[in-house]
Amino acid sequence: MRDTAPRAARGRLPVEWLGILPFVAFALLFLILPTMKIVFGAFQSGDGSFTFQNLIDLNTDSIRNAYWTSIKLSLVTALLGCVVGFAMAAAVVFGGLPKAIRSPLLTFSGVASNFAGVPLAFAFIATLGPAGLVTIWLRTEFGINLRAYGFNLLSFWGLVVTYLFFQIPLMILIITPALDGLKREWREAAEVLGATAGQYWRMVAFPILFPSLLGTFALLFANAFGAVATAFALTGPQLNIVPIKLFAQIRGDVLGNPNLGYALAFGMIVLTGLANVIYIVLRTRSERWLK
Amino acid sequence: MKRLVAWAAFIGGCLYFLLPLVGMTEFSLKMRRGEYSFDAYARVFGDPRFWETFGYSLTLAAATIAFGVLLVVPTAYWVRLKLPQARPVIEFITLLPLVIPAIVIVFGYIRLYNTSSWLPLTGSAFGTDILLTMGYATLALPYMYRAVDTGLRTIDVATLTEAAQSLGAGWFTILARIILPNVLVAVLSGAFLTLAIVIGEFTMAALLNRPAFGPFMQLLGANRAYEPPALAVIAFAITWGCMGLIQLVTRFSKHERAKA
Repeated sequence: MRDTAPRAARGRLPVEWLGILPFVAFALLFLILPTMKIVFGAFQSGDGSFTFQNLIDLNTDSIRNAYWTSIKLSLVTALLGCVVGFAMAAAVVFGGLPKAIRSPLLTFSGVASNFAGVPLAFAFIATLGPAGLVTIWLRTEFGINLRAYGFNLLSFWGLVVTYLFFQIPLMILIITPALDGLKREWREAAEVLGATAGQYWRMVAFPILFPSLLGTFALLFANAFGAVATAFALTGPQLNIVPIKLFAQIRGDVLGNPNLGYALAFGMIVLTGLANVIYIVLRTRSERWLK
Repeated sequence: MKRLVAWAAFIGGCLYFLLPLVGMTEFSLKMRRGEYSFDAYARVFGDPRFWETFGYSLTLAAATIAFGVLLVVPTAYWVRLKLPQARPVIEFITLLPLVIPAIVIVFGYIRLYNTSSWLPLTGSAFGTDILLTMGYATLALPYMYRAVDTGLRTIDVATLTEAAQSLGAGWFTILARIILPNVLVAVLSGAFLTLAIVIGEFTMAALLNRPAFGPFMQLLGANRAYEPPALAVIAFAITWGCMGLIQLVTRFSKHERAKA
């Protein structure tokens, strides 16, 4: 006879927990312990004793610059991604565009948000690089030399333009359901009470959407902050942002101190972790409205 | 007026998305001077390393999907059936790979499983392949778990289990012949998304020094002019194919259910 009475199992709790043992073992071995190794390593000196020295050593010009560039890059791409993605999602949901556009846009967003990494960099080099389609077109047709205007694909703003290719679709994918959740009744109720469209957005829709917006912003921030492949394929190892620096450190200990590498990675976890805590907290708050 | 603004936002966005796609396609066709040709593609497809690395990544994707299904389906099923109190914890763990950057996870692997550790996975090529597969399974975990868990929500797990058990089915039979077929669409969606993630992944494969497709593309990008955009077109087509297959199986299942 097999045990078929799940409700009678209160006294034998440990047996039930055996069922998730494989999952727990996997999570420990390949997710939690490796991360712990980095976290503990960040607080250890070369001989294994506890120290804050690694974190203090992060405070050099080069590493500070890397963090600052990374944070700026993530903030700017998250902000622009949110604004443009919101505009496109709102155009499709409320703007009176034909219904037929909606499904292709969401499918395309699914594709584009996954089209990151090395091939994305190639696509932008072929478009905005020195011999790219748009660069040459602007030069031959209008005599505009992008380089003369200070635009360089292999620079901060080049990275911003490239990162937006996966940031905007991610925003569209997450915010469209939230916009769908804005009930028609709320708008009608506001209009009956004499609200203008601006007042409706400012006083009803925006406060409801605010947690989703800020939460998605945090997710986009983390998304950009951890991205390695796109930047690496675009600029090679010389661009000074944290993931590239960490990549070089793992490959060849360029900082000359393994524990400093741990500290560098620890800083990344702290920042993306912080952004995601904001996202998770705000998402649970916004889901209350979207039932 | 409102419609005009909406169209402007939409078309502006579309232009931004279309230009790089047009740009890479056009560039990939320009290898022969003065005329369009498929020379770059011929070069790419004629490169034995393309097939080697692509095959390697495909194999690893298959292993990742098989492992992911074996890990996630029983776990999600068991949590729904017997351990609802563990749900928040499990969900939190499955979301962690979105929080911890892949480069940090693989850094941990390299330090934890090096040749002088208790489990020297990086000591051999096969061990590293296993480690890389586990890494990919970790990256795919948030998507796989969410897909399967959503699939399980639509069926009555408890009743199906009791019915199967009263007919004498063991746990393996229940999982393989009752639960899995019922969440097959969700599993396939998760599988295709995993494929899309794994096939072009760069960071983990490069740092573990395995001959995967992502590092191959990067290497070619650093040395050639016309092949990289051709590779980008191929990679885009693969991603598009994976997403298309997800839509297809989802639509197919809705059709089935409507008929039933």
